[in-house]
Amino acid sequence: MSPRDLVLEELKANDLTMREAARGEQGKRIDLLLISQMVKPGSRVLDVGSGDGELLELLATTRGCDARGIELSREGVNAGVARGLPIIQGDADVDLADYPDNAFDYVILSQTIQATRRPKWVLEQMLRIGARAIVSFPNFGFWRMRLDLLINGRMPSTENLPYRWHDTPNIHFCTIRDFVDLVEEVGAQIEKATALDASGHPVRVNLPWAVWNLLGEQAVFLLSRKG
Amino acid sequence: MLERTIVEAARGEADQPHSPVVRFGADKPLKLDAGGVLSPFQIAYQTYGTLNAARSNAILICHALSGDQHAANVHPVTGKPGWWETLIGPGKPIDTDRYFVIASNVLGGCLGTTGPSSTNPETGQPYGLDLPVVTIRDMVRAQAMLIDHLGIDRLLAVVGGSMGGMQVLQWAASYPERVFAVMPIATAARHSAQNIAFHEVGRQAVMADPDWRGGRYLAEGTSPRRGLSVARMAAHITYMSDSSLHRKFGRRLQDRDGHTFSFDADFQVESYLRHQGEAFVDRFDANSYLYVTRAMDYFDLAGDYGGVLANAFKGAKTRFCLVSFTSDWLFTTADSRAIVHALNAAGAQVSFTEIETDKGHDSFLLDEPEFFAITRGFIDAAARAVGVN
Repeated sequence: MSPRDLVLEELKANDLTMREAARGEQGKRIDLLLISQMVKPGSRVLDVGSGDGELLELLATTRGCDARGIELSREGVNAGVARGLPIIQGDADVDLADYPDNAFDYVILSQTIQATRRPKWVLEQMLRIGARAIVSFPNFGFWRMRLDLLINGRMPSTENLPYRWHDTPNIHFCTIRDFVDLVEEVGAQIEKATALDASGHPVRVNLPWAVWNLLGEQAVFLLSRKG
Repeated sequence: MLERTIVEAARGEADQPHSPVVRFGADKPLKLDAGGVLSPFQIAYQTYGTLNAARSNAILICHALSGDQHAANVHPVTGKPGWWETLIGPGKPIDTDRYFVIASNVLGGCLGTTGPSSTNPETGQPYGLDLPVVTIRDMVRAQAMLIDHLGIDRLLAVVGGSMGGMQVLQWAASYPERVFAVMPIATAARHSAQNIAFHEVGRQAVMADPDWRGGRYLAEGTSPRRGLSVARMAAHITYMSDSSLHRKFGRRLQDRDGHTFSFDADFQVESYLRHQGEAFVDRFDANSYLYVTRAMDYFDLAGDYGGVLANAFKGAKTRFCLVSFTSDWLFTTADSRAIVHALNAAGAQVSFTEIETDKGHDSFLLDEPEFFAITRGFIDAAARAVGVN
């Protein structure tokens, strides 16, 4: 098996939608650190697609949050629950409907929206269940993706997204601009947005969407209901 | 001869069990759902580990239909290891070096808690069918009295599978402030029509046995062995799965080279079931089987809360961890998921996972490493939250 196939096998085993994103100083994922900084301490948080609970643990230990998760993969759930984290085995595309309105201060969807069957419905549910929603996703408008398609004429595949088009959990990719349109469509407002470059660091300067859309490999949005 | 001894030993457990017993006299009657009270009555229980000074490390174990209080010790009648010794003990997922574990025989049982084979103080004869029909809620009420008696205000956790899981759910609904964390395993918030149907087959088998004598077999010196054995055989099939039966037995023959063209136990699976039936009859009282299955049939937690299960858990601070098993067709993942949905609607803190196994409903009693890891993680996290060392 080639190294690439090995990585793919491992990814499938863990059912992660993305390869491990860049990690910061204490071995924490930078996108998760960024998300946790958007969350007010002591909040009630639901992490949709929580994996084995890395973000839940971060929120509980560093922000004193009551953080709970939903995760599709049994392996992720079992690993998290065995560490004492409250995670439910479930499907975001279905199970979000059961939660009452305003049950949480924040509902988080990190690197998962592109794997949902109904991204718009999921986003609507998040904004119903939580006062705020935080969404992070890989940006398909990233320049390397565009270049890859332009030069190779094939579906882009990057370090973070090494899957092949016919064998990927990621079925609904979007660009930052596409996502901004969806936010508008579901009647939400953007409270904060950050693009992360290829090394996982925030694109510092406040630039127009079109530029972020080019430079950001990932994006993190903090949303709230309008009005 | 040996068999006779086991039967006699089992019979002796009803009034004078090899377990500590709490007797509740006229001053402490047990209110029953069927109306009226049961008084006096007694509860037989086992404990493992030590209650800490803060009385904060107690875990109650609830047993299933055919279980008893001997969860983690050698059974006084059969000599077999406790039914949950894989889970409970020093260094085990429910670690008795850290936790004080209590397991009691259910109301209606036959191992020392008042049940149909206990002596009715009014007549000096076994209760038989004179014992009022009991419910899961009655069982839990009795357990709460035991916990009071032990001087424990709040349990760290209540854990149980199958019918034990029903009791766990009832605990969370009836005494939310008295239990910090609960683990309902392979269970449901109500007994399904299919499960009631299976139970009815079992009860009819018992009652069709002429030796049942209208429930008065103990007084008349008979025993509905064949009826109870058939009931157990039928039930045992529901605890396994098609694939586990196939893996264990296939169509293999029992100590023979070909079919005998008779109704003898040609197949291994037949021989196995007959053995299961026989072994069960030696240690279990037939009327207890009727009472305890009936209690499960009547269980419908939402029914006590206006038909809305979420209302049973409204405002609950209790932590929940639900576990189901993929091949369990008696208490399915869908049953667990229905509870999870209600808990989500109630805003409760929930963990839920489905363990992949082909061993059917009985998986919760078997060696399932993932289940053990989850149990350990959940219980230890609850202990950390409460401040148990």
